[in-house]
Amino acid sequence: MNIIRPIAATIIGLFLGLLVTFFAGENPLNVFLIFATSGFGSTYDFGMTLTYSMPLILTGLSVSMAFKSGLFNIGAEGQLTMGALAAATAGALFTSVPAFIAPIFAGICAALAGGIWGGIAGYLKAKRGAHEVITTIMLNFIAAGIASYVTVYLLKDPNTQNPQTIPISPNYKLETFAFFDSAPVSSALFLSVIVAILVWIFLYRTPLGYEIRAVGSNESAASTACISISKTQILNMFIAGSLAGLVGVGEVLSRAECFKLDFSPGYGFTGIAVAFLARGNPIAIIFSGFLFGALQKGASDLEIFTHNVTSDLSLVLQALIILAVSADGLWEKILSGKKVKL
Amino acid sequence: MNISKNQVAFEFREVTKTFGKIIANNKISFSVPKGSIRALVGENGAGKSTAMKILFGLYKEDSGEVLVNGQPQHWSSPRDAIKNGIGMVHQHFMLAETATGLDNIILGDENNTLKIPFLPLSLNIIDRKKAKIRIEKIAKKYGLSVPLDIKISKLPVGMQQRIEILKLLYRNADILILDEPTAVLTPHEVEELFTNLKKLKAEGKTIIIVTHKLKEVLSFTDHITIFRSGQVIGNIETHDATEEKIASMMVGRNVNLKPQIPNGTNIKGPVLNLTDVTLKDYKTKDSKRNLLNKINLKVSGGEIVGIAGVEGNGQSDLLDLIFHPQKYFGKKTSQTSSASGEISLLGIDIKHKKSSEMSNLIVGFIPEDRHVDGLLLNMSAEENYILGRHWERKFRIGFLQNISKIKKTVKKEMELYDVRPRNSELLASGFSGGNQQKIIIAREFGKDPNFIVAANPTRGVDIGAIEFIHQRIVEERDKGVGILLISSELDEITTLADRIIVLYEGEIVAEYKRNEANEYQIGLAMCGGLPQEGVRK
Repeated sequence: MNIIRPIAATIIGLFLGLLVTFFAGENPLNVFLIFATSGFGSTYDFGMTLTYSMPLILTGLSVSMAFKSGLFNIGAEGQLTMGALAAATAGALFTSVPAFIAPIFAGICAALAGGIWGGIAGYLKAKRGAHEVITTIMLNFIAAGIASYVTVYLLKDPNTQNPQTIPISPNYKLETFAFFDSAPVSSALFLSVIVAILVWIFLYRTPLGYEIRAVGSNESAASTACISISKTQILNMFIAGSLAGLVGVGEVLSRAECFKLDFSPGYGFTGIAVAFLARGNPIAIIFSGFLFGALQKGASDLEIFTHNVTSDLSLVLQALIILAVSADGLWEKILSGKKVKL
Repeated sequence: MNISKNQVAFEFREVTKTFGKIIANNKISFSVPKGSIRALVGENGAGKSTAMKILFGLYKEDSGEVLVNGQPQHWSSPRDAIKNGIGMVHQHFMLAETATGLDNIILGDENNTLKIPFLPLSLNIIDRKKAKIRIEKIAKKYGLSVPLDIKISKLPVGMQQRIEILKLLYRNADILILDEPTAVLTPHEVEELFTNLKKLKAEGKTIIIVTHKLKEVLSFTDHITIFRSGQVIGNIETHDATEEKIASMMVGRNVNLKPQIPNGTNIKGPVLNLTDVTLKDYKTKDSKRNLLNKINLKVSGGEIVGIAGVEGNGQSDLLDLIFHPQKYFGKKTSQTSSASGEISLLGIDIKHKKSSEMSNLIVGFIPEDRHVDGLLLNMSAEENYILGRHWERKFRIGFLQNISKIKKTVKKEMELYDVRPRNSELLASGFSGGNQQKIIIAREFGKDPNFIVAANPTRGVDIGAIEFIHQRIVEERDKGVGILLISSELDEITTLADRIIVLYEGEIVAEYKRNEANEYQIGLAMCGGLPQEGVRK
């Protein structure tokens, strides 16, 4: 039952979305084929789908993690910006770190930077009562500001006109797999999956993860049981931030090899949808992240091969899938076998 | 109104209702005459609520039939039931807190509009004046005076209940179903409710009370219908009934409601000590009195100290002070209240202890409101069982939880405490109130504490289970555990407590030893009428 629902929602969402293209004067079947070819047509395409999926899995985990203690993390975008910036800075400045440890070092920097960024919102929530939705949104802007300052003034790559930082030292580079042609798929792919599994273990198999879920379930009861609400919230937002920060590993160490300003096409916000489709389950996020990655990649060729449909269709599809999965009343009626009255 | 005794308001004929494998109502038959008050009693899950929900159109019976005013009913929703003169006041009131009483009463009633021409009914303007006149007329007739222009959130619970009842009368209800109407009322409000109900009865209304409280049942109903495991066990006239008789019929065996419990003998050192504790309140500026005033209270291991008092006389503040002293003592106090005096728990001064430090002190706590402070409703029974105990060594292997051990322990405890259903993975919200309470009690007693605070430990719990919970509390006492019992049920206090303390307006106004005072004297002290004997302070 739990699996049927998101899958059915995806099919309904895709169907309705493709129907829209019909009214735009396209053949929906044709659009679907373009989607499929663009997402999975070659090993390169598949590699790019994976490349888009990895950050979405991490930001999905970030949003879901915060949600477990009842917090809404809209700030994954800012957190991943800080994470990527930290990874790029480490790679550009600490060139003497030996190759076998350099990527791990950069990863830790990314997680810490993202974690601190999330932790600030957690601290403001726990100690000052500032609503996390407001603070995380504002921190997104601050992160964007810091990123452009660092990119333009401090670590500007002098060899290009583009706003990007000095390339990272070769020690930091993650080897990309030849299988995917030139698609930048590296061992960072496994990172997302392993992290998702670790998040599951943390939440459902450790006392600390239990505390986070207890706070999310009933703050008052948790506090009666001597669980510190403020500590839990800060820790939770730190972890959520560091998960988003890890996006920096794949994006910087194997894809761009530097920090490119505005590299993220809104991974942090799409992460909310990814977490939602998976209903917060870390394992399910692997799949929903992959689906949204495929949508993103699939839509990228639409502009080239159709006259009337742009890549924004992927946003329409995301929205329709989320609408379909969140139509609670409808699902209850369908699943209980009753006739639906509309 | 002239009502012949033989007229039947409604009748159940062999009604059966099942939910999956569970038979909630098994061929139940009973009828209620017009103009009478009927109590439906039974343990949790005995089927009384299901029967009422069928009558109110919320559920549809599988077989059998329900006749209202002699006519078989075929309703698909409460709307039909309301049209046919049936109204229900739910245990948790269905009122819009931010709207006035008037607006709540007329909510959903489209007939009272100004009837401006060319405007459809749904867009017409509500004629509040006319509605108010009508409500006031009804209120006067039944003695249900309420302020109609004040927001619900500002009204006491008793008044809110009156508004619920007026809502039904406004819709011309003849059959009124009240689910646990006294659960949230003060004793005084309960008295008023009884008077109102008698008046309604005199005017020809039929009233159905679904309740747990046997004493109240006996004091104002005409007939009692007793449910047990989905069946109607019997219908008796109230004047033939006694508490013991009803209780035995409900449970299916003899129940001793007031066992004679000897005083505790295994007395040990003090576990809780409050000296001159005063809690000042800054929130209500006009009130000069303190939330708690010079409380001196000592609980030793091996004794049960009962705190009697009408709710809202400082019990909740006392509890909060014991469990969250850091909120009230010291520099960083909250803006609304501050405390002075000495307070020690298990021999340790806890005035400035943080909540993380408090967790090292093992104290069992059965909270007043289990849904607020006791349970994680959307988490499983297992996860609820380890709440507050999740760091215990036996429940983990290093930094991982020992899931199999947790499962095993919870299964054993569910067996021991007879928690039903025996499904440790079921969400806490899926258990009935009594079984939820058993989960909390199993958890707290399982901590092996030296001190237990039990606030209304048997609220909303079945009679059979009450007996069991009381036994467990006494067993713990005999092991040398100190117990602070706070209860709004005077019976519970007089049965269990070795010492009884009466709180009134935040002060200890009287103290008695077991059997030293009768309920009348204690009741008097609870209301501020100081009795002459037995007063220590």
